[in-house]
Amino acid sequence: MSLREQYIALMTLLRKEIRRFLRIWPQTLLPSAITMSLYFVIFGSLIGSRIGEMGGFRYMEFVVPGLIMMAIVTNSYSNVVSSFFGSKFNHSVEELLVSPTPNYVILLGFLLGGIARGLLVAIIVTAVSLFFTRLPIYNIGIVMLVVLFTSTLFALAGFINGVYANNFDDISIIPTFVLTPLTYLGGVFYSLDLLPEFWANVSKLNPLVYVVNAFRYGVLGVSDVNVTFAFAMIAVFTVLLFFYSMHLLSSGKRLRQ
Amino acid sequence: MVPALKIDALSKTYPGGFQALKGISLQVQQGDFFALLGPNGAGKSTTIGIICSLVAKTGGSIQVFGVDIDVDFPGAKKHIGIVPQEFNFNMFEKVGDIVVNQGGYYGLPLPLARQRAEKYLRALGLWEKRDNASRMLSGGMKRRLMIARALVHEPRLLILDEPTAGVDIEMRRSMWDFLQEINRAGTTIILTTHYLEEAEALCRNIAIINHGEIVEYGSIRDLLRRLHREVFIFDSAGKLPEPLTLRGFEVRRVDDHSFEVEVEKGQHVNEVFEGLSAAGVRVTSMRNRANRLEEMFVKLVESAA
Repeated sequence: MSLREQYIALMTLLRKEIRRFLRIWPQTLLPSAITMSLYFVIFGSLIGSRIGEMGGFRYMEFVVPGLIMMAIVTNSYSNVVSSFFGSKFNHSVEELLVSPTPNYVILLGFLLGGIARGLLVAIIVTAVSLFFTRLPIYNIGIVMLVVLFTSTLFALAGFINGVYANNFDDISIIPTFVLTPLTYLGGVFYSLDLLPEFWANVSKLNPLVYVVNAFRYGVLGVSDVNVTFAFAMIAVFTVLLFFYSMHLLSSGKRLRQ
Repeated sequence: MVPALKIDALSKTYPGGFQALKGISLQVQQGDFFALLGPNGAGKSTTIGIICSLVAKTGGSIQVFGVDIDVDFPGAKKHIGIVPQEFNFNMFEKVGDIVVNQGGYYGLPLPLARQRAEKYLRALGLWEKRDNASRMLSGGMKRRLMIARALVHEPRLLILDEPTAGVDIEMRRSMWDFLQEINRAGTTIILTTHYLEEAEALCRNIAIINHGEIVEYGSIRDLLRRLHREVFIFDSAGKLPEPLTLRGFEVRRVDDHSFEVEVEKGQHVNEVFEGLSAAGVRVTSMRNRANRLEEMFVKLVESAA
């Protein structure tokens, strides 16, 4: 395939992915807006007003970046895992496998779909958050980079989950039992400074801590971890997962007999 | 002229040790209408799966219009359109989108993909359904949708895996007409089917595969010529005489108005009519007892079992 044909194939897949999540918006876009609004009301306004400041900011301001990042992580992940597993389940993935579309274009198409949903949900949640608090942007470049890297990283993780999944239970196990606990323990609602030293160090083994803090640094200018190190970790894991995903596609694991 | 498809010593052993293909070789010439027949589990779908990259081969080689799939699989895939046995599209997607998207995966610019989608959806009677979700289509329409999807990039080789399974007779006939038309226009077609009359009506050449091996391969005309006997059923206008005998032929009475006659290779049906006229039997109709290809198929498959 020429580069132009590959670009056409990529745009076709991306268009299809975006159409898919827009078509089922009550399942893909609305839940995050509602859930995050509840978080803003309960944790930000009702409880937050009694907590006072955290990390030098009002509690509402402190939690908003983490909540936006939480929405990006869950949406980019679940978009790819459900779309890819769905196409495996109904065998429509064969439309791609029999075509001359290269594997990296197939992977990029699904990733861009996940990134697009992550970004759209981030915009919706950010817009909702503005009803509750102001959102100072400390460094827009860092904000954009973290959003891009994080949505890519979790879209890749969703893709790998989709390849290995054998049934619909398998695509909800990781989000429910791994992603959600890690997100809640990833410093979305509190600063690691509040934890005893031992638990603060244990928390630093949680990759979500780096994602949340890097984003919070971009928005508020404060972070519990070294931001450069956080970027390095996100970049390293993104590259590793990308090559592992490519290996899965090339070997045809769970896709070709 | 290079063959449309050249398979050499193709083998496939699945994990667990089941040997689905035991080194088959065959060629399909450009412009041919070729039937790949065999009982369930014979290896037909495995062969097709390997050609279109859904199944990984264990050994052997495949060339599509001279392009080796081990050297340039994307280049080979461009020549192939595949209509699988099972429905393999997203049931929630619109009919038109399914065909247009497939064009995109082959690198067709959007306007051209839309134009081709219209051309083939119209030709297959699905244009009015283009905005419907594909799950709303009937079984026959879904099969035609898969044909339209396989044709959108205008492949030189179209492979159909039991395309008329579960399709009513009228629809089957119209699909036959359509396939003959695109074959006449130059598309090479490979067909697997369980309806042997379909293979006899449409195809010029044939391979019969059983237990992962080719048991017969050649032109249908030559294969049928090798049949040693044929059984004809005759219907008479009046009640048949008792007993009914024909010199040199084996006759079996079916009921008072019909009977079967076995005609061996070298005998002529004229002799049957001469005998019947002498016996005062007036024939109103005559037909083959079974499809001739079916007779041969059963014989080959049974002898290999």
